[in-house]
Amino acid sequence: MASFVGVQFTFCFRIIVILFFLHFYRTSLSAHEIETQASHFFRSGHTNNWAVLVCTSRFWFNYRHVANTLSVYRSVKRLGIPDSHIVLMLADDMACNHRNPKPATVFSHKNMELNVYGDDVEVDYRGYEVTVENFLRVLTGRLPASTPRSKRLLSDDRSNILIYMTGHGGNGFLKFQDSEEITNVELADAFEQMWQKRRYNELLFIIDTCQGASMYERFYSPNIMALASSQVGEDSLSHQPDLAIGVHLMDRYTFYLLEFLEDIHPASQSNMNDLFKVCPKSQCVSTPGHRTDLFQRNPNSVLITDFFGSVRKVEITMSTMKLNPNNTERTEIDVNEEMVTTLQHYVDQLPVAEIIHQKPKQKDWHPPDGFILGLWTLIILIFFQTYGIKHLKHVF
Amino acid sequence: MKGGSKSKVPVSIWCGHQLLEVLQCISSSWTGPDLSVLAVRCYPTLPPRYLQVPGHFWGMALALTLRSNRSQTCSIPLTINTKSITPEKQRGKYAALSIAAMVIVVGLPLWWKTTETYRASLPYSQISELDTLQLQLTMEVDVIFTKGTLTAEQQNKVPMSQTQENYYKMNDKTGLRYRYEMKYRTATVMEDSALRMESVQEADVSLSQLNESPSGSLVIYVIPETSGLLPDGINVYMGIYRTAILRTSLHKEAKMEELLSVIGPKILRIIQTVTFTNNDIKASMSDRVPTGKFTKESLADSMRAFKSSYEITFSLLNPDPKSHDLHWDIEEAVDKYIQPFLDKLSGVANFSVDSQILYYAILGVTPRYDKTISSYTLSAESLPHVINPVEARLGSNAASSNPVLNFLLYVPDYPHCPLYIKDQNGATVQSNAFHSPRWGGIMVYNVNEKYLDNNRFPVQVNIDTVRVMEVFLAQLRLLLGVQLAYVPDDFLMESPANQGLTDWELDRFLWLRTLENIATATTTLTSLAQLLDEIGNIVIYDKIASQVYNAVISVQAAIAELEAGNLGFAFQSSKEAILASEKAFFDPSLLHLLYFPDDQKFAIYIPLFLPMSVPILLSLLKIAKEFRERRNMAKKKD
Repeated sequence: MASFVGVQFTFCFRIIVILFFLHFYRTSLSAHEIETQASHFFRSGHTNNWAVLVCTSRFWFNYRHVANTLSVYRSVKRLGIPDSHIVLMLADDMACNHRNPKPATVFSHKNMELNVYGDDVEVDYRGYEVTVENFLRVLTGRLPASTPRSKRLLSDDRSNILIYMTGHGGNGFLKFQDSEEITNVELADAFEQMWQKRRYNELLFIIDTCQGASMYERFYSPNIMALASSQVGEDSLSHQPDLAIGVHLMDRYTFYLLEFLEDIHPASQSNMNDLFKVCPKSQCVSTPGHRTDLFQRNPNSVLITDFFGSVRKVEITMSTMKLNPNNTERTEIDVNEEMVTTLQHYVDQLPVAEIIHQKPKQKDWHPPDGFILGLWTLIILIFFQTYGIKHLKHVF
Repeated sequence: MKGGSKSKVPVSIWCGHQLLEVLQCISSSWTGPDLSVLAVRCYPTLPPRYLQVPGHFWGMALALTLRSNRSQTCSIPLTINTKSITPEKQRGKYAALSIAAMVIVVGLPLWWKTTETYRASLPYSQISELDTLQLQLTMEVDVIFTKGTLTAEQQNKVPMSQTQENYYKMNDKTGLRYRYEMKYRTATVMEDSALRMESVQEADVSLSQLNESPSGSLVIYVIPETSGLLPDGINVYMGIYRTAILRTSLHKEAKMEELLSVIGPKILRIIQTVTFTNNDIKASMSDRVPTGKFTKESLADSMRAFKSSYEITFSLLNPDPKSHDLHWDIEEAVDKYIQPFLDKLSGVANFSVDSQILYYAILGVTPRYDKTISSYTLSAESLPHVINPVEARLGSNAASSNPVLNFLLYVPDYPHCPLYIKDQNGATVQSNAFHSPRWGGIMVYNVNEKYLDNNRFPVQVNIDTVRVMEVFLAQLRLLLGVQLAYVPDDFLMESPANQGLTDWELDRFLWLRTLENIATATTTLTSLAQLLDEIGNIVIYDKIASQVYNAVISVQAAIAELEAGNLGFAFQSSKEAILASEKAFFDPSLLHLLYFPDDQKFAIYIPLFLPMSVPILLSLLKIAKEFRERRNMAKKKD
């Protein structure tokens, strides 16, 4: 009886061992599978990079917003995004502002250490062109047909887009130009339209403004990662006051963001988790926030250079076509002699004579506007109030 | 009556004055933005700053309406118990009623009409039908048995035709049905004699002259195993037209059904290789059916999104003009080698070609010296960093926003000569070129001339454009997605040579592009419809609606043509569909994304409507009350 129990025990044990091994084998296999899938999955699927950098505020005391944007512009350009893939919107021209003690410069560091304006800035939208409408048009691609290529965001379904915005904001909006604002709902709708039309592969949204986190709350389109300089209810603060220029040169969040980006080079392996740690509350005073729930990759597998740089995918050309140089199948196109001999005239670029001698333009008549009508109504009203209809004959 | 009127005057003046003050207060407290939002809603094109002044005008107009109304209500307490006042009271009542009627009959519809956004009707139901797409691709295949493949007995039993159908389900909403209509017959005498020619190339040419095959069809000649037309190890030959030659052995005693079951899979294999596989279709329809978030065929990567026009720019980079004086006859080269290719694709897209020479343009990477081959090399890892610094200098045609394909010919500067590109394994690349998907290609061209006389710089160099165009044409084919990604070992594909593109390659391109266009157009339409449905403030003009209708009709036409097997027409319709749908989607007028939160709406309407509606409502209430009282009185009297 005892031996029987023993036999049974060993038998059971064997089965358990076999099962265990089987199980181990299966798990190891599936782990391997997962790993290959993962490596496939984590590979960023983009072929090109775009950047939309927006400064939304005017006036000299907002110098820092222009400097913020230009510094990010410098960084992405250094990391390899060409000017043709950057849409830079600056609401004011600080470099040419007459209050600027050093014309044609915009400094981002105290004591005029770092000039971010440089000599090769390509500003695509400048001054009053920076409006909510234009910004949304750039994002959604609904631009008039006459818009030049440099002012367009010609991204496709393989593009990673960096959108950086700075300016004065509040809970749920960002002010443009002191006259209008973009709300977080409008922004989220614009991103959704971009996604619907496959205008991006992945999108990184960074905003440096007061209550910045409110701007990304309403996003609902996939593949968007968002960062903000401050939480709802917090102000984002400035940094680097400069006595000579007389204003603050940068905002805190962007300042530390750039400090972080300085260490990035096109081949570096830093990931988004490092970016989230930029500017802790001790430095920023505000609390930077981020949102990753819409993003499908794990942030620690997303390289900074996936958005801030432009590392192209390159394949080596292996096959060539064989061409026959002696094959003259194609008939020669007759060159029309008359076409060539017609004289070409250059048109005057600036018709000075016409401009000098032109007559002043006649003003078009247009109906009196509301103010005039209102004024006359008021006058007539007071007139009748004072004299009444009875005394009209005495007056006239 | 007299006493009444005496006492009424000061009251009405007091009333008027106070009212004026109140109204002035209201109108001055009316801030611009609130009204402007309303006005923007009425006149979407008017900039808001123009609307701040008319705010006061609105206030004045309101004051007038109110005055006439309020003075009536003010005079009421003074006219109690005097029978002679009744007509006046009656008049006030009528005035109040008529103003209320005016507001309801004229004011409300006017307000409603002026603030509503214009939305032309769209074919929503048809668009939602396009959400589920069941496509059928019909393809005609002629299978021709040549002399020596079939016995006389078998020949009599050759069936006329046979259809084969495969179904490929992409996802719940998208499915494709491939329908191959096989027509079997035996070869004619002419065809047999054509196949007895010396070389397979000649046979291909003469066969194509015998058989005019329409776009999207395929002719397969079955030749016996013993035929020496094809080289050893090759079973399938694909010519430059739509003709394939299949060498196979067929049993002499087998029945026809058995023969067909043997030959069927082989034919299917040819068809799938030269037209499309499920993977190709998946890649081209990725707009509609996402192929896993981050896995996509490299083929799809290299294709640009469909555009009706491309710009092709050939650039010659001469970083060292002091040492090299470069000449390239690019005009002739393009005319001879690129233009035939573009001509073949002219029905598909418009191409514009230009060229430029850039001096002192350098690569972003410094080449390394390799002692073993005594030359400079660029490693495969450094190639991605080569493009960006150059690109800044390339420039582009500012007037168009069509995608650009850049082809750069880089002649290394004298100190870095010769320069070779190394692949991942460290071997030099034969073509000395690389390409980047959706961007273009770069070729490094080493100057062959020996510098015998070093004093005579710059050296005159005439660039061998044939060698260059061999690479650029191959790259162009890859970038446009024409090149076959995979060729089985026993297939021999005839090179199109100077034509640049074979007929069957063009067909394959058309198949895939048609599917891609249909997929993209349907997704564009559905997302446009969804967006317009979601965002109620977007204005839809008739012009956009007509584009949408056009697109829907064209998509339907394309699907019908695919089913009928007319590839050319199907492609044209799909092209119209995608152009119309893109035009509708990207129309600048669609941007009135005006978002009105409810609190802002109240902020606009309360100062505007509350002062006006309160007296109207009060007087109406009063009239109703009086009316009820009188009716009660009348009942009591009864």
